[in-house]
Amino acid sequence: MAQFEVEIKPENLVYGKSPVLTDAPMHFCPGCSHGTIHKIIAEAIDELGLQERAIGLSPVGCSVLAYNYIDIDWVQAAHGRAAAAASAMKRLNPDRLVFTYQGDGDLAAIGTGETIHACNRGENITIIYVNNAIYGMTGGQMAPTTLVGMKTMTTPDGRDPKLHGYPFVVSDMLAHLPGVCYVTRQSVHTAANVRRAKKAIRKAFENSMEGKGLSFVEMVATCNSGWKMSPTAANQWMEENMFPVYPLGDIKG
Amino acid sequence: MKEELIIAGFGGQGVLSMGKILAYSGVMQGFEVSWMPSYGPEMRGGTANVTVIISDGPVSSPIVHQYDTAIILNQQSLNKFEERVKPGGRLIYDPNGIIHPPHRSDIDIYAIDATAEAAREGNLRVFNTMILGGYLKVRPVVTIENAMRGLEKSLPERLHHTLPANEQALKKGMELIRKEN
Amino acid sequence: MKEIKLLKGNEAVAMAAIRCGCDGYFGYPITPQSEILETLMSQKPWETTGMVVLQAESETAAINMVYGGAATGKRVMTSSSSPGISLMSEGLSYLAGAELPCVVVNVSRGGPGLGTIQPAQSDYFQAVKAGGHGDFHMIVLAPASVQEMYDFTQLAFDLTFKYLNPVMVLADGVIGQMMEKVELSEGKPRVDDESIQRECGSWAATGRVGGRPRNIVTSVELDPDIQEAFNHILAAKYARIEQDEVRYETFECEDADFVLVAYGSSARICRRVMEMAREEGFKVGLFRPITLYPFPGDVIARLAERVKGFLAVEMSMGQLVEDVRLWAGRNVPAEHYGRCGGAIHSPDEVYNALKSKLIDKIK
Repeated sequence: MAQFEVEIKPENLVYGKSPVLTDAPMHFCPGCSHGTIHKIIAEAIDELGLQERAIGLSPVGCSVLAYNYIDIDWVQAAHGRAAAAASAMKRLNPDRLVFTYQGDGDLAAIGTGETIHACNRGENITIIYVNNAIYGMTGGQMAPTTLVGMKTMTTPDGRDPKLHGYPFVVSDMLAHLPGVCYVTRQSVHTAANVRRAKKAIRKAFENSMEGKGLSFVEMVATCNSGWKMSPTAANQWMEENMFPVYPLGDIKG
Repeated sequence: MKEELIIAGFGGQGVLSMGKILAYSGVMQGFEVSWMPSYGPEMRGGTANVTVIISDGPVSSPIVHQYDTAIILNQQSLNKFEERVKPGGRLIYDPNGIIHPPHRSDIDIYAIDATAEAAREGNLRVFNTMILGGYLKVRPVVTIENAMRGLEKSLPERLHHTLPANEQALKKGMELIRKEN
Repeated sequence: MKEIKLLKGNEAVAMAAIRCGCDGYFGYPITPQSEILETLMSQKPWETTGMVVLQAESETAAINMVYGGAATGKRVMTSSSSPGISLMSEGLSYLAGAELPCVVVNVSRGGPGLGTIQPAQSDYFQAVKAGGHGDFHMIVLAPASVQEMYDFTQLAFDLTFKYLNPVMVLADGVIGQMMEKVELSEGKPRVDDESIQRECGSWAATGRVGGRPRNIVTSVELDPDIQEAFNHILAAKYARIEQDEVRYETFECEDADFVLVAYGSSARICRRVMEMAREEGFKVGLFRPITLYPFPGDVIARLAERVKGFLAVEMSMGQLVEDVRLWAGRNVPAEHYGRCGGAIHSPDEVYNALKSKLIDKIK
């Protein structure tokens, strides 16, 4: 068997953990998209040199503990209210990067009003919206974004539009508002998608710092535990079922 | 000195502003004052009233049930407040639109044809200043100078050009008021 | 320079906010307190002190704007009236749970439900006992004049930063809508960002200025032992507040046989009642709690040792009276009188109640 001598030196490093990530082990399920999204947010903050000026808002839901992982100042907001809290934070601290990190239950159900009005006021904040079509933390109930026919704990026979209405497509609706400068839909299930998603986050953060209006980055994501699938099957299911309803790409700006 | 007064009429007649002018005049004279309005839907076309208290000592209750003076500008208010004038107090009313005039004999009743006079002069806006003038004639709680200062404080600056017309109206009201009993 | 103005209680709150260096006001229109937001918008303090004023899309959004602003160490406030305060309950609990400073003004009206827009004092329980879910208290100040609306807005900011705990100014439609003379204080500048770093740098989410360790503003704690320990920390804070921040006024209680107990506008009405009773030879005093939490119960307990009875007067069906009874004990009657639903008791009505419920019965 061949022996390899590996010497860890800065010049040999091709990849490293972002200094804006803490050393805390993440609590997310293996295969969950949140960890990757956290990582690229941390990298974007680092690359833009904003670690000392960034303030994040974490929601209620699986990502409530985002503050344990990204090494910046954080405020944990009430369920759905992050956009309202962020509006005030940015207006009172205009030279700071203020962004929210919210799931589809938090943003598109209980927080719809706060989200739309922050967008409509054109607050100079970034909203990162993780859409995995399910309530993860509470154990896999229907979200507003749950697909037609999709089984959850509260739609055991699949979502029936007659009973529950249709999947709520948030980003396209927000793109109509003049206060919103940038709307994009991304995912992090392949390396290429991760690169594009990070670029989108960087652009959103830059918009916020330049006072261009509200930037909205939707991440179509997997919840393999909630979907009751293996991580790879979840990725494939997302491509086949989520992307037709939530197609990737820039919607505005 | 303590004067507890209610001004009551239709919303839009300037009831609340008349009260404010009087209260500010009291401040100018160095008195303690309170101004307590009715508020809400009443402000939008229904009846409106304001309680003004002017006193040389601190005002305890801004809410009172009986008044030294009632200034009445419509029938509904007359019906409601005539009984609530303290015996020996006074009621001042504008006869315009009044079908059933006040009847009490244990209070002083004054009439002032301010609406008619203001219409004759072609400036209905000063009708409430005339009423105020009439009131100050029979109950001089503040001097005319302080009433004018109160008026100036109450009016937004864009209306300060109306101060001379208001001073005229104040004096006109003093001439117009007449005792009825 | 000191300035005398004739102002509504609501206008006085707005003027006080600007002059005490408030950084941000976030509110939603509701009668009878909309003049606070209207006055701020017409004064345009963003052009002078730099204060942010924002009309929110709901009371829910407003209190969460307050939460966000407070989390960055800024001096922020909101105001509303009863139904709007109910919508803010969740936010108030979060603010208390995250130990954030903020001032909330409630110019209360009659309820329950949409109720009436006319004045009431039926939010005592909500303000004092149950501002939201979980074990917490707000400091509650009850102004009884327009001057106090002005003064207590400033005092509320001092107290909220002293204890990092929400402070409510509990007024009602009478105090909010009436005009009185107000002496305006000289304006104080807003606290600059460096001072915020110095004074709030250990907790506020301002960005990790100078690479300091990060601050996390949160009320989440999933470990029951840690949460329990935190509840004890809060309890110790409330004990300090109860020790140091009790405020009240007494009027002619020294020789009183009967004591009226009332706060806010009812206390004003009761001063007149006391005068009426004294004129007729009855020894009646007035006890006016200024802080409803912490409640000045000791004073009532001491008075109970020698007076013949208390009458709690409040524009409600009887809320304050429960605390009066608690402290008065079993041996002294503590009765209640109050109009409610937007009706305001006149001094005559209160005096008649005082006579029929206490004086005529006991003498």
